[in-house]
Amino acid sequence: MTLTSVINRLGMAAITLFGVGLVVFVLLRVVPGDPIAMMISPSATPADIAALRAHYGLDLPLPEQFFIWLGNVVHLDFGTSISLRRGVLQLIGERLPATLELTFAALVFGVLAGGIVAVAGVLLRRTPLEAAMDFVNGLFLAVPDFVWALVLVLLVGVLWPIFPLSGRLDPVHASDFMTPFYLIESIVRLNWTDTGDVLAHLVMPMLALGLPLAAVIARTLKEALSEAMVQDYVLLARLKGMSELRLVLQEALRNAVGPTLTLTGVQFTFMIGGTVIVERIFAFPGIGNMAIDAVVNRDLPLIQGIVLVFGALFIVINIAVDLIANRLNPRQSHG
Amino acid sequence: MVEFNRRQALGLGASAFIAGILSGRVAVAAADTSTLTIAFNANLPSFDGTTGPSAVNPAIQAIYRSIFDQYIAQAPDLSFQPGLLTAWGWNDDRTKVWMDVRSGVTWHDGTPLTPEDVTWSLERAADPATGNPVSNVWASIGNFTVDGQRITGDVKNFDPTIFKWMAFLTGFVLPKAYYTKVGAAGFEAKPIGTGPYMFDAYEGNSFLRLKANPNYFGGKPAFDTVVFKFVTDATSRVAEIESGSSDVTLEVPFEEYDRLREKAGLAGVSAPISDIGMLFVTNIEPMLDKNVRLAAHHAIDKAGIVKKLLRGYGVPIDTLEAPEYEAYDAEIKVGYDPKKAAELLAASGYSKDKPVKFTIQTTRGLKPKDYEMIQAIVGMWRKVGIEAEIEVYDIAKHFELRMSHKLAPTAFYNWGNAIGDPTTSTGFAMYSKSPHSAWKSDDLDAMMNPLWGEPDEAKRIAGWKAVDKYIAEQGYVIPLLQYVQPIVYKSSLKVIPNTSSALQPTLVSKV
Repeated sequence: MTLTSVINRLGMAAITLFGVGLVVFVLLRVVPGDPIAMMISPSATPADIAALRAHYGLDLPLPEQFFIWLGNVVHLDFGTSISLRRGVLQLIGERLPATLELTFAALVFGVLAGGIVAVAGVLLRRTPLEAAMDFVNGLFLAVPDFVWALVLVLLVGVLWPIFPLSGRLDPVHASDFMTPFYLIESIVRLNWTDTGDVLAHLVMPMLALGLPLAAVIARTLKEALSEAMVQDYVLLARLKGMSELRLVLQEALRNAVGPTLTLTGVQFTFMIGGTVIVERIFAFPGIGNMAIDAVVNRDLPLIQGIVLVFGALFIVINIAVDLIANRLNPRQSHG
Repeated sequence: MVEFNRRQALGLGASAFIAGILSGRVAVAAADTSTLTIAFNANLPSFDGTTGPSAVNPAIQAIYRSIFDQYIAQAPDLSFQPGLLTAWGWNDDRTKVWMDVRSGVTWHDGTPLTPEDVTWSLERAADPATGNPVSNVWASIGNFTVDGQRITGDVKNFDPTIFKWMAFLTGFVLPKAYYTKVGAAGFEAKPIGTGPYMFDAYEGNSFLRLKANPNYFGGKPAFDTVVFKFVTDATSRVAEIESGSSDVTLEVPFEEYDRLREKAGLAGVSAPISDIGMLFVTNIEPMLDKNVRLAAHHAIDKAGIVKKLLRGYGVPIDTLEAPEYEAYDAEIKVGYDPKKAAELLAASGYSKDKPVKFTIQTTRGLKPKDYEMIQAIVGMWRKVGIEAEIEVYDIAKHFELRMSHKLAPTAFYNWGNAIGDPTTSTGFAMYSKSPHSAWKSDDLDAMMNPLWGEPDEAKRIAGWKAVDKYIAEQGYVIPLLQYVQPIVYKSSLKVIPNTSSALQPTLVSKV
């Protein structure tokens, strides 16, 4: 990817974000659910209601509201949350790291587990075990993340209570962290007790998000590897006496990983969307959990801010995936 | 200095993690007996219980009552008792209020509570610029003067319920000096109150940790530490209590409540609370026909709904006053009578073959079995000649439609009234000028108008009872049931149910 194309992508990203902002802004104001109606007192007069509407800037014409909001966003002022009464950007800054740590952990798990299953499937091809693995993988593919969350709550939370059911830290012993990146900070500070605590709280939501991803990666990568394993260069390497495992890892994997990587990028963006429900079930204090409260409370500034951040994340992930894919297979950048 | 290479660091981390799990450090073992962990059903958006939407959210009043004190306290049976005010009242002609502030109370930072804290809190609450959602209630008194521990103020607009509001939503006393010094943001970061527990740590959407206030005027609390885990998903709350991760939880499905309380090591308590389920009736066609309204009410088998859908956890009601409310009148009965319902409909030309048709709106999953209840009601209506179409909406849409008087002919809602006064149930739900009413008619307003400022309490309550009787006769609203709150807890604890529904840590003790 050349510098020009990167600049083009960033330009497109800005236009996309503007579109996302506009659509969300308009949609939130045309769908039923007036935030003022949720907070007025029973004895409020029409004048009281009008005053409250003006207090939150909801009395202005829609275009005027939008351009005021847009102007503020350009200056990184996302407004103040109606329900949480704090700056939207500050709130997102506090919660986004939790979601990032969770999703990256799920991504790492998904890639590792999916990769191992794919390689094992190729090594065991044409054996009864391959069919069994395909069957189990199909099962994992069919189960969505929130169902995994509930299954894990039951199995590993209640019947065999190894891991904590909720939160990001043990609330009784929680340490003070200087940054919202608890996992990274605890590792950097070599505080292994905190690292263990954070990891233990990550396990269940990570598995709920990562298992469906692992299943997708396993299926896609296995198909790509199976195709690669019958190519001439692999046959030649086999004739040279290379072991099957080395054939898969050293010869086939590099050529098979391209489509899997692209798909992983797409799935990763879906996975970030999946945090909304999974974080709720595990009371995980990320941006997804906060998004549900924002919608329930019709907290317009907060919803707009969260959607914009989700949009920006999707764009960044897509650009990153393209860059990595080009790096692995330079032919792609030349069409 | 000890140095680690990458392999050693990773090895140490893995060892610590495994050791942590094995030692129970990160596992779900029960907390020690000095800690009370509550799997709570709501998140805490803000620590300021006097401003913003969260201030009028009944679900989180238990947390506010843990950190702060109200002007006037409330016992679990809804009776009022001294809080930060030890005595209160009006002068004879109701032109002045007086309040005696408790002495010897300290804020969590050690500074003394003063009458100025109380007057500042009242004036701040009355100022709409602060964002108090019920500021007009507080604006009914003002011009306070302090003499020793006594505060005197002017009655600007006589409201017989003003002292009840001092135990209700937004009725909290905040520290004037501290709040002025640290500002709203500083207060959110580290709130202080005079309540039984002090702020210790907080993570939004995750947990709040409180420490016992050793100087609390009501005595040292039973637990050194209280943790509210914000577990808004009911299934997860069940898992929290069943796994032993939490000591107490509430608002679990009734099926789970029955199962959990039979388990070894767990116990349960369920008691009626001040929330009721009801059907708003809007004064639009076809509900302008009294026969249709009354038929819709008579056709509903409320006892059957409570028994079959809510496993008996509910109390059928025929007025908007629950039995614990001050203006409850057991004489007001509407009664399940499908035959009478069919006769009323027939008088208006409707039958099973020629049913009256309208829409009924409901939430789904907001309250226990809300949608299922409406399905059952629609089935009962069908048998007498009412064909209702169900429209599911979320609560935000309900509020918007109600404020703009655009609800469907019937709409399900749950109404809370933790102070049990008739104005905050029948009054605000039925008075045409209230943005929360659905039925708006002059005949009802004429009955209610003199009651808002009635100084004779006995006459006031009698007046509201008459209003409730008239509403039942006219079918202006269809009350359904009083809710019961299920609480599950470890059998090593004792929990006193609170009629206001606030599960306060002070109501939990060790056996």
